[in-house]
Amino acid sequence: MSDAAPMSVEGEWRPKVALRIWIGRLFVGACVLAIVVSLLLLGALIIDVALDGAARLFNLPTILDVGFLTNFPSRFPARAGVYAGVIGTLYMMALTAAIAFPLGVGAAIYLEEYARPNWFLRFIQINISNLAGVPSIVYGLLGLQLFVRTMELERSVLAAALTMALLVMPIIIVSAQESLRAVPPSMREGAYALGATRWQMVRHSVLPYALGGMMTGNILAMSRAIGETAPLIIVGALTFVAFLPQDPLDPYTVLPIQIFNWISRPQADFQQVAAAGILLLLIMLLVMNSAAIVLRQRTRVRW
Amino acid sequence: MTAGARPLGPRPRGRARQRLRRLWRDYLNPSRGGTGRETRSGRVIHLALFLSAALSAFVTVGIVLVLIFQTVEFFQEVPFGDFFGSTTWAPLFLDQSFGVWALVAGTVLVAAIALSVAIPLGLLAAIFMSEYAPPRLHAVLKPALEVLAGIPTVVYGYFALLFVSPITREIFPEVGVFNALSAGIVMGIMIIPMISSLSEDAFAAVPAALREGAYALGATRMETALRVVLPAALSGVVASVILAASRAIGETMIVTIAAGANPHFTLNPLEAVQTMTAFIVQISLGDTPAGSLEFKTLFAVAMTLFVLTLVMNIAAQYVRSRFREAYE
Repeated sequence: MSDAAPMSVEGEWRPKVALRIWIGRLFVGACVLAIVVSLLLLGALIIDVALDGAARLFNLPTILDVGFLTNFPSRFPARAGVYAGVIGTLYMMALTAAIAFPLGVGAAIYLEEYARPNWFLRFIQINISNLAGVPSIVYGLLGLQLFVRTMELERSVLAAALTMALLVMPIIIVSAQESLRAVPPSMREGAYALGATRWQMVRHSVLPYALGGMMTGNILAMSRAIGETAPLIIVGALTFVAFLPQDPLDPYTVLPIQIFNWISRPQADFQQVAAAGILLLLIMLLVMNSAAIVLRQRTRVRW
Repeated sequence: MTAGARPLGPRPRGRARQRLRRLWRDYLNPSRGGTGRETRSGRVIHLALFLSAALSAFVTVGIVLVLIFQTVEFFQEVPFGDFFGSTTWAPLFLDQSFGVWALVAGTVLVAAIALSVAIPLGLLAAIFMSEYAPPRLHAVLKPALEVLAGIPTVVYGYFALLFVSPITREIFPEVGVFNALSAGIVMGIMIIPMISSLSEDAFAAVPAALREGAYALGATRMETALRVVLPAALSGVVASVILAASRAIGETMIVTIAAGANPHFTLNPLEAVQTMTAFIVQISLGDTPAGSLEFKTLFAVAMTLFVLTLVMNIAAQYVRSRFREAYE
């Protein structure tokens, strides 16, 4: 600190205010530049994808290219479509949510409302934050050994959904815990004062007010799952599927896997198809995140 | 529980068992009747909730077991020294070689490029948002930056390969389509919000009194931010950087698509490399029968990756709690 103190070595007062203010302005400029550059890169990404893919996705000048959305994958870029990928993604997401939401919310309720502050609670909390940091590809290997091989689910939608459920569970638990914590203790005390059991208290005095936040967290977890590619490569999503999964044990493909497959091909035409797929994926994400924001606004309780 | 309070002699046995029994008797046993804290159905619910919470522990155990099991089998075929003592990675060639340092070097190289993009951008953005931006601007900027973290990595892969890589090749004409630099830059963009958001939280936790003290001494805003707020929040900033690095090491799709499949021991950003994650994808895309050496190699590499990221995540938690400047 001493070398930059606004006093010279001789002790003569020389604050150099004008200079320091100028350095400060340069610094603000650098900060603003950092944010602008970051946002410009985001913009470049979206515009790049839109320029490459919009023509294919929307098949200008007609509004929606029916072929792209309703065609199965094809060797020919002009005929390749995302039908199997989109349906597979929706199927997998529905299963994932059905598995992960109850378990994640249950775990959060236990940790917030039931567990006593002891070593077990601390251990589970640390464990959950560590699980959130495990690379998604490692979940893929867990799913491969546990669901695909040991439980013999093979390359099925169910195996993928179970793997994905384990992957997003930490996100759901943490967000559900936050929404439970936001319910004031007076609600719980009020329920107890009326003679409620613990579960009655949770069910009628806490859950109704926390549910909005939990749903928001669930949507955000799903928007993480929709773009995950690596674990699904490991648990065996197929790249070329010319049919739709009929039941949870059928083979499947998902949109990100299709995109990855198209990017990996050398022909430029397929890269255009990939861009169209990406655009569709980003639109789905936008819809989900908007839904999360609206839900959060609508269900916000003011205490 | 002091050692002196216990009489000499063997330790009372079965204490853990006693505790477990008490846990079962008092909390978990669904058929317990009579007076208690909960009704019968309440205890069933209690047990179900407990099991969902315990599931996270089982997931961890599952990951560790799956990795250890196959890794042990791997090391029965490949000596430990070959894995950690060589820098040539060629498990798929006839003349097999398992020097994992080639993959580690590729991983570290890409992550280092990513951090050198993300640390300056993320930190400056965090300082701006916490120290300069008016609340309404802040309310727009923070979610806008966090959009970067929500974009699927396969999309970043496309961006790296078809947007950044051509630009890189304009500047360095001798570079190939697949190179560590493009993948690293794009990965850096992806982890900007991890650094900016977590660091900003750390800055926001620094009490206003410290800033006011600095202003009272005549410091400018920049001097306050860099010499008072930043040092006070340093533990949070360092933790955010470690977490971002761990994220970069575990990232898969960007490097699979844009960094190449060329494992060799180099720190030259203009070369094609292969990371640990990209290798795992490469093997998984092929038809590798379970039980083969290639298959076990997958898990040995994944184990290395898992241990590396786990150590970093724990380090981040440790730094944050151990070196936190606590203000009342």
